[in-house]
Amino acid sequence: MTRTTPAAEREGFLAWLGAPERRGPLLVAPAIAVLFVMNIFPLLWSFGLSFFNYRANRQREPDFVGLRNFERVLTDDDVWERFQTTALIVGSSVLLQLVVGFLLAMLFARQFPLRRLLMMLVLTPMMLSFVSVGVFFKLYYEPTFGLLSWFVNLFHDGSFALLATPEGALAGIILADAWMWSPFVMLLVLAGLVSVPKYLYEAAEIDRASAWRRFRTITFPYIKSLLLLAVLFRTIETFKIFDIIYIITEGGPGTATETIAVNVYRLAFQNFRTSQSTALGYIILFIVIVLTNLYLYSVNRRTQEAI
Amino acid sequence: MARRFDIGTAGWGRSALAFVVGLVYFFPVLWIILTAFKTRPDALAIPPKLFFTPTLDNFRSVFFRTSSSGDSSQATDFVLYFFNSIFIAGTAVLLAVIIGTLAAYAFSRHPLRGNDTYLFIILTTRMMPPIIVIIPIFLMFRVTGLAGGYWGILLLYTAFNIPFSIWLVKSFFDELNPEIEDAARMNGASDWRVFFGVCIPQILAGLAATFVFGLILTWNEFLFALLLTGVETRTVPVAMARTLGGEVGADYGLLAAIVTLFLIPIFFVTFLLQNQLLRGVTFGTVKK
Repeated sequence: MTRTTPAAEREGFLAWLGAPERRGPLLVAPAIAVLFVMNIFPLLWSFGLSFFNYRANRQREPDFVGLRNFERVLTDDDVWERFQTTALIVGSSVLLQLVVGFLLAMLFARQFPLRRLLMMLVLTPMMLSFVSVGVFFKLYYEPTFGLLSWFVNLFHDGSFALLATPEGALAGIILADAWMWSPFVMLLVLAGLVSVPKYLYEAAEIDRASAWRRFRTITFPYIKSLLLLAVLFRTIETFKIFDIIYIITEGGPGTATETIAVNVYRLAFQNFRTSQSTALGYIILFIVIVLTNLYLYSVNRRTQEAI
Repeated sequence: MARRFDIGTAGWGRSALAFVVGLVYFFPVLWIILTAFKTRPDALAIPPKLFFTPTLDNFRSVFFRTSSSGDSSQATDFVLYFFNSIFIAGTAVLLAVIIGTLAAYAFSRHPLRGNDTYLFIILTTRMMPPIIVIIPIFLMFRVTGLAGGYWGILLLYTAFNIPFSIWLVKSFFDELNPEIEDAARMNGASDWRVFFGVCIPQILAGLAATFVFGLILTWNEFLFALLLTGVETRTVPVAMARTLGGEVGADYGLLAAIVTLFLIPIFFVTFLLQNQLLRGVTFGTVKK
């Protein structure tokens, strides 16, 4: 074996690195590195924590408790109630986003004067922070000074206090969330509407197909999979709903609007049952992974349909 | 061929309808903007005041705090917070798009063994509830001294945006015609030339869309910013939440002024890149 100079060694290394079969891994490496440090490593750490009885506010060495945290979380009636609340909020909010987003998309699916500017009116809610939407919707719902309360009281004599009843509080949360994210659904549906080949409509016009029939047989098949995408994406995101609830109702009245994410937050930062909260977090992650799989399945099916 | 997907046109009638619907939809935002120009009594007046004498006091008090003694006014740190928000979100999203584009190109053109598994794991990291990782990240940042500095939050936000950048940008690469790349290679173009000269120019609109989406999602991030930024690196959403807990109750005029100012940059970026945003969405999800 001959000794190589440092320069040649570097060249050798660079040549090794630049080989075509290593191009893929090399390009992926920075992304994987950042994700590993900031996401995957903390994720594994908290997975470890969920098997101990760690409390963030205690100095004591945590004990290994095996699956006890998972067992306690899964057998807790409150947790099941929180899951039901979450399902209710997710279901109603996503449905509302779908309807509103779809109608908005139909409105903007044509080229018309000032379209670009007018669409900004609709897109803006998406750009607000949860904190500002939370604070100002809370103000709008406020019984004495609230804009919405004042408006409702014009017609229905009396004191309108939306957030005082469980049903009202749920409605208030759903309204704020759906208002914020319907524009997102609109963007996806618009993408689907644009993809419908024009000649199909022209053919339908020759056949004198009714508007409903045109929608059912031409438009809907083209946007179906995008609607499914929108549903899954928004479901996964809404499942984690936290900030807006925490600001508007803090989970109340009682526990009427306490979702699973609010519950995890309480466990972690108010009761300091850190390990139990990570166990619950992992159960949420599991559900989200199942949903993600559905999402990918629908994406793949869409791609196959298109080919 | 592109003409085939052209959307129809409508006249001013549609504009009028869109204006009415848009205005109703925009109203909660409009009210925040109006509140920013109101005095304290006007902001909470019942019946609500649509017409009032506008004042710039709220905007002044975002940047200057008058001390209780009266005439002397002291600058608040909001200029810094605005800078932090723009710098942190802008840089992190840009980094994520660059790193994500490299990875997306690899996933699209040089598939690894188990390509789909990697892509799935990457997507999962975006879907997980942030609350799971917040405690380890908090401990990690404290141990490494990243907490309170720019590097930590920049890296974290970059990591946040990478999964979604990879997925979106990969879908753009997937839809490019590989024959053009092959033709360039035949003419002796190096791989770098093919990447920068042939592929990237074709997906610029998609990259712009990815940037805007990422920016919208990062601009308003609150939970991690609250826990991981310090006095020097605090972002606007955190600073805004801190003005909430006053002894005299929330000052809605002041809050509205902050929200309004904070909306301006993201609004203009979205407006300027709106066509790319729409094209990007279409590009990424619609198979030709």
